[in-house]
Amino acid sequence: MSARNRSVALAVAWRGLHRFFHDPTMVIPSMMFPLFFFAAFAGGLSNVANVPGFDFPENYTTFQFVFVLIQASAFGGVFTGFAIARDFESGFGRRMMLAAPNRRALLAGYTLVATGRAVFIWILLTAIALAVGMEVGGSLAELVAMYSLALLINTTALMWAAGIALRFRSLQAGPLMQTPVFLIIFIAPVYVPLNLLTGWVKTAASVNPITAIIEAARDFISGVSADLALAYGVAIGMLVFFGVWALRGLAKAEAAGG
Amino acid sequence: MRSAYTRTQISELARRSLVRTARQPAQVIPAITFPLFLFAINAAGLDSAAELPGFPAPDYLTWIIAVPFMQAGLFAVAGLGADLARDIETGFLDRLALTPLSRTGLVSGQMAGTIALGLVQGVIFLAIGLAAGATFDTGVAGVVVLLALEVAIVFAFGLIGITAAFRFGNGEAVQGLFPLLFVFLFLSTMALPADLIENGWFRAIAEHNPISFIFNGIRSLFYGGWDAAALVEAFGVAAIISAIFLPLAVRALNARVVRT
Repeated sequence: MSARNRSVALAVAWRGLHRFFHDPTMVIPSMMFPLFFFAAFAGGLSNVANVPGFDFPENYTTFQFVFVLIQASAFGGVFTGFAIARDFESGFGRRMMLAAPNRRALLAGYTLVATGRAVFIWILLTAIALAVGMEVGGSLAELVAMYSLALLINTTALMWAAGIALRFRSLQAGPLMQTPVFLIIFIAPVYVPLNLLTGWVKTAASVNPITAIIEAARDFISGVSADLALAYGVAIGMLVFFGVWALRGLAKAEAAGG
Repeated sequence: MRSAYTRTQISELARRSLVRTARQPAQVIPAITFPLFLFAINAAGLDSAAELPGFPAPDYLTWIIAVPFMQAGLFAVAGLGADLARDIETGFLDRLALTPLSRTGLVSGQMAGTIALGLVQGVIFLAIGLAAGATFDTGVAGVVVLLALEVAIVFAFGLIGITAAFRFGNGEAVQGLFPLLFVFLFLSTMALPADLIENGWFRAIAEHNPISFIFNGIRSLFYGGWDAAALVEAFGVAAIISAIFLPLAVRALNARVVRT
């Protein structure tokens, strides 16, 4: 990336993160929702770990922490997609496109925004999870692998949402960005491991790509050997697919004049 | 003479409310599909929780079917509040306030569409729950009581939406209540009975959460036979919420009309 493009990406990132951290209506829900899900699932359902066949080596708080980490990362990406839609709806996106020599730098800037938001939530969530007794059996390298999977999900969700935002250029497309992500995240082993799921959810979760990522992340945090190739293959594959989707959306926004 | 005149006005408002609700698929469809989706996810995802020693229901499906009935109340808050906020924003409420219609009549007339939607939701949730394999121990009389309880829940929570709409006057603020009420839903006995919640702070909140009492009432109709105490508590919670929010809604309406 050239120095000029880097400067555009950093400017977009600074603006996005500045807005995020200075607007309570953005920062508070972003903090509250993952923490609330974590409290409701880890706090209210901890007895589920006593179900026969529940074979996760650490406690239920750890089990749910991983799900909420992945979920919060995905929604950090989706909510950054909302910011893109808002920028284009208000006409600011069009002005940014006029100013940027290479418009892909705008997308790189929004990616940094999504990453910054996700890292902020990770720090908060991890600190609270450790404070309430989360057990960690994985090594430092395994934890880095877990957070890198979360980062891939964050960027993939952003690319999905950016593709929608750049095509519709209106916040009215919000449900279209959010609902599929919500569905795919929840049709995964949310409350119990895959082997304890029954019925249609088990079938759906077995073919859901997010399942491989959540299960690998749970393996990483508990120090169990994970299916690295499958988890990273799925995560990188989705990122490439939705990256192309977002770039084509950018081209459509350019063609429409922003 | 005057009461007949008031009745006519309320029935006109109720008719408008019914027609408006029926003409808004964007409001009706999510109010039915979203609770059913969560029901399907939770029923299958937590099915093994029924194997926990002391789990009271015959299976997890029969336990979790109560949740969509409660979620109908949350959708009543958002739907009714948003409709009313739109009436405020478009000036329809101001024109209505110029008529001799009583404030209580004005508030209750607005509820018709939401109550009808609540009944439709109740029938669909019950039919799908039974088709999926939930047990229902209290027969036809239980169905009648369940639908009556659903109306009471929707009425009570709809009043919260109405109060918020009169107080804030815009749909966005009313929609903001939805996640807050969702927190109340999750911090209850929604997923597990209080006895099986291990965390002390969570159990304490769930035991005293009014929504848990409503869940107990709904669940008493599905398994274990008639439980008058659970039903009295469930209807009682709905009545208390209504008794608190009906005067608050009327007061907020009066304040808004004075400001106008």
